[in-house]
Amino acid sequence: MKKRSFEVVAIGGSAGSMPVVRELLESMPGPLRFTVIIILHRLKNVHSEMARLLSVGLKGFRVREPDDKEPLKERSAYLVPQNYHLLIEADKTVCLDYSEPVHHSRPSIDVTFESVARVYAGRAVAILLSGASRDGADGLFAVIANGGVGIVQDPATAEYQTMPQAAITRTDRALVMKPGEIAAYLQTLNG
Amino acid sequence: MISEGKEQITMEELEEIVLLIRGQYGYDFGDYARASLQRRLVRCMQQSGCRTPYELKYQLTNDKRFFAWFLEALTVNVTEMFRDPAFYRELRNNVLPKLASYPIIKIWHAGCATGEEVFSMAILLHEAGLLERTRLYATDLNPANLDRARQGIVPLQQMKDYTFNYIQSGGGNDFSSYYTARYENAIIHKEYRKNIVFAMHNLAADQVFNEFQLICCRNVLIYFNRDLQNRAVTLFRDSLAPLGYLALGMKESLLFTDVRDHFEAVHPAVRIYRSKM
Ligand SMILES: C[S@@+](CC[C@H](N)C(=O)[O-])C[C@H]1O[C@@H](n2cnc3c(N)ncnc32)[C@H](O)[C@@H]1O
Repeated sequence: MKKRSFEVVAIGGSAGSMPVVRELLESMPGPLRFTVIIILHRLKNVHSEMARLLSVGLKGFRVREPDDKEPLKERSAYLVPQNYHLLIEADKTVCLDYSEPVHHSRPSIDVTFESVARVYAGRAVAILLSGASRDGADGLFAVIANGGVGIVQDPATAEYQTMPQAAITRTDRALVMKPGEIAAYLQTLNG
Repeated sequence: MISEGKEQITMEELEEIVLLIRGQYGYDFGDYARASLQRRLVRCMQQSGCRTPYELKYQLTNDKRFFAWFLEALTVNVTEMFRDPAFYRELRNNVLPKLASYPIIKIWHAGCATGEEVFSMAILLHEAGLLERTRLYATDLNPANLDRARQGIVPLQQMKDYTFNYIQSGGGNDFSSYYTARYENAIIHKEYRKNIVFAMHNLAADQVFNEFQLICCRNVLIYFNRDLQNRAVTLFRDSLAPLGYLALGMKESLLFTDVRDHFEAVHPAVRIYRSKM
């Protein structure tokens, strides 16, 4: 089998996705072998400890919210800050954006996935999890169209099926996997 | 619904449009962050029905009125009252008491959009008993934003969120006492706006125009590349009184700029800096 190397794994989730995000993070042995970017639909204007909660019990790495202009490092995990969209510049620095919500969401999964597709092209993996919106479908399509790998959580295993189902409807080239299979896939990545 | 996704503008086309706008209208977007500018240009094309960058250039060249619309659509004008309550709480508890020692307080909101941020500040100052001796300067690049801001109008449907933010920020008054509801608008009472001067100021081209004890420039620098960020923060340094405060957005940092050594991060969690002597 042809060996590919991936630079980034972007994970988008909404309602019902937290346990799966945790499962995926826990299954990744630190040090990481790629950059992880997590986009979660979340409340704004409330104190948030999400990055810390996601980091509890992880081995060898933590999840942090990046600042604007911060260079995205390999082997680091980032959570998109609340109330911003996250875009990525060609030089792989963070470009935050406070423009209108997309699919009622800021951060929007589409916005970051599309940026990932543009910058990382064939070296990107995008994973779309449970959720009650249709955010992420266009973004996942863009990642696949640019040569990357798109994975959708099997709707049968998702607490909310709308989001994974919308992506499967949008493209038939996404890999549909159960959470355990996604975790196993990530363990082989760049291995 | 705007369909996002298809890449419709290459970097070369983007640079051509930037050149055109600079040459014909004098606005320089040359040092705006590429990732967000590109997304914005695609959005302008979708909204105006231009199918190709060539059509967009044609419109820009031949239609002045189109440019007025375009400028408004290109810049991100989103804003909120009491956005990031933790930031306003810090101002209330730790910054305004320090400013109280000045006989006249001068505050600059750079990139004020439609005014929500400066109205929030005026309410804080009022509650601290400082509004009467404060001059607020609120500036923006976009004239349409300033026109709106001068009217003191905020969409009424947002007021529920803003009331929540206000209470989170430690506000103890009845928030509805600060505005009058009329149809779908909330109009901020005149007495909280009378010390605000709204004016055009372009952070990419204009100079120092006064000296301030506090400058707020929140969620504006994210649209600039590093060079332009450096220009803007140097302008802020040169516009601040000794030991003056600079407030940025919650995820903006001086760390990546040339003036980082001129400032101390006094309230780092909410990105409030203070200029060293
Ligand atoms: C996202 S809004 C921020 C509003 C407000 N400060 C807040 O955080 O809620 C960005 C504002 O920056 C303004 N802006 C963009 N470029 C500018 C420039 N070169 N000079 C001054 N203002 C600029 C835009 O017109 C817009 O009103």
